Amino acid sequence: MNYAIETTDLRKSFAQTRAVDGISLTVAQGSVYGLLGPNGAGKTTTVRLLATLLAPTGGSARVLGHDLLTEPAIIRSKVSLTGQFASVDEDLTGTENLVLLCRLLGHSWRGAKQRAAELLEAFDLAEAAGRQARTYSGGMRRRLDIAASLIVTPEILFLDEPTTGLDPRSRNQVWDMVRDIAAMGTTVLLTTQYLEEADQLADRLAVIDHGKVIAEGTSRELKASVGSGTLKIHLQQAAQRQAAEILLQSLTGGQSQATTEGLSVQVSDTAHAMQVLHALNNAEIAVAEFSLGSPSLDEVFFALTGKPQTEEEVAA
Amino acid sequence: MTSSNGSSSANRIFSQAAKPKPLNAFSAAMALGWRALLKIKHVPFQLFDVTVFPLMMTLMFTYLFGGALAGSPREYIQYLLPGILVQTILFITVYTGVGLNTDISKGIYDRFRSMPIWPSAPVFGALMGDILRYSIAAIMVLGLGFVLGFRPQGGLGGVILAVLLVQIFASSLAWIWIIVGMLVKSPESVMTTSFLFLFPLTFASNVFVDPATMPGWLQAFVSVNPVTHLANSSRGLMHGQPDIGSMVWVLVATAIITAIFAPIALRMYHRER
Repeated sequence: MNYAIETTDLRKSFAQTRAVDGISLTVAQGSVYGLLGPNGAGKTTTVRLLATLLAPTGGSARVLGHDLLTEPAIIRSKVSLTGQFASVDEDLTGTENLVLLCRLLGHSWRGAKQRAAELLEAFDLAEAAGRQARTYSGGMRRRLDIAASLIVTPEILFLDEPTTGLDPRSRNQVWDMVRDIAAMGTTVLLTTQYLEEADQLADRLAVIDHGKVIAEGTSRELKASVGSGTLKIHLQQAAQRQAAEILLQSLTGGQSQATTEGLSVQVSDTAHAMQVLHALNNAEIAVAEFSLGSPSLDEVFFALTGKPQTEEEVAA
Repeated sequence: MTSSNGSSSANRIFSQAAKPKPLNAFSAAMALGWRALLKIKHVPFQLFDVTVFPLMMTLMFTYLFGGALAGSPREYIQYLLPGILVQTILFITVYTGVGLNTDISKGIYDRFRSMPIWPSAPVFGALMGDILRYSIAAIMVLGLGFVLGFRPQGGLGGVILAVLLVQIFASSLAWIWIIVGMLVKSPESVMTTSFLFLFPLTFASNVFVDPATMPGWLQAFVSVNPVTHLANSSRGLMHGQPDIGSMVWVLVATAIITAIFAPIALRMYHRER
């Protein structure tokens, strides 16, 4: 058995919605797996199902070889969940939060204090250890929350949108932690709305929409189907716009999109982008600004489903 | 990919020790009781905002109406204080529901639920913390009473028994607020909803005045109100004349309320959401 997680046609319906509508995936032991999708796609429900917080309404799943329906208690003892909202007790200090959870997991009072101190040190929270968690920044809360999930080394760590709402520095810290955790052999299943995050961390990922997997593979495979990114160009002279559009279309084979600032076009890689810029230069079309970005989640969705995310989905 | 600057700490992130065995049910509840204790320490206001009101009532009733109702404030406080103790502690029971509601909305509930511990431990832990909270409030009320001239004839033993009886009844009432805490959206609504019941329940009783002068329909309600019997029991024990009838009534009411609401509360607590 070398799969940490195996789901077959997993389903979960709430009163009116089919939140998870037949998800089948396999997560290799020791890997980092990303569930990528917009709000309301069913990512959180999938994680809560696999962490035994919800019971599926259909399909089956094995987590670490144990059946989700018949052996939830065994699964619970081997996995940790860090939810979407940092689940720390704001009234308690960082130390107290961890000591309580260490104690619940079976450490003696003394062992609990020791383990709490160790984790606070490792997560760069030692200085704030004696302060109430309500005074913590978003990044600090998230680190405390992840620390709480690692009191006893889990075989699988579920991270539900670990960096949503964090500033770039805190986000990088969390990314480093996830890499460390994976390097020690724990399987990580994380959900994210950011393609870049999935790209940075996940060995494989599944793109989820409306409770279904719409694409699955490595980040490289996924990008190949989308193109490596978007080249955005801002022209110096608006009059040259039409000429630029024609040139871009001939070079990329795709329709260039007009944006408020200028033009954007899909390119396959950096070399391709250089080629486009070079051609514009040769045609004496002056470029004021350009940028090359990875495809956004929007663009991935557009490429995979042929339609952008609807307003309703974004708001859900 | 950038190299990780956290890898130096990676060996500390992971526990080197053997995986400990999760706590048994009792120790888990005790640990969660410790959490309730810490909350009292860090947020003492949570204790005072509901206690201050009954303390104010004690002062107001004693000095404004005490003379008119019982001849003198000093005589009235002998009657009022055992009842005020009942009101104070019953008010505090609301915090059990408020705390649970907060835990659910903050995701702490999910954390506990995903841990391999006795699933009901958080509820029982909260109840244990509340019993301590009741005791602190009781000491405050009795302290104020003593300053105002309250002299229980039943001695310390009588007072302690009275406090215990009130606590037993209060714990049964807390189950109802746990249910409310799981049904409404915000901690504030838990407060509002619970006090909607608690105000009439504690005022339409004999806590403040002898019901003899009340209209018949109200007397009928007051005489079946468990708060009346609890106040009677509390008075009887504190003044050395135990009212066995009322005490039995209270214990039966406690058993019935617990038997009905505790299973509902626990079932709702374990239901997924």
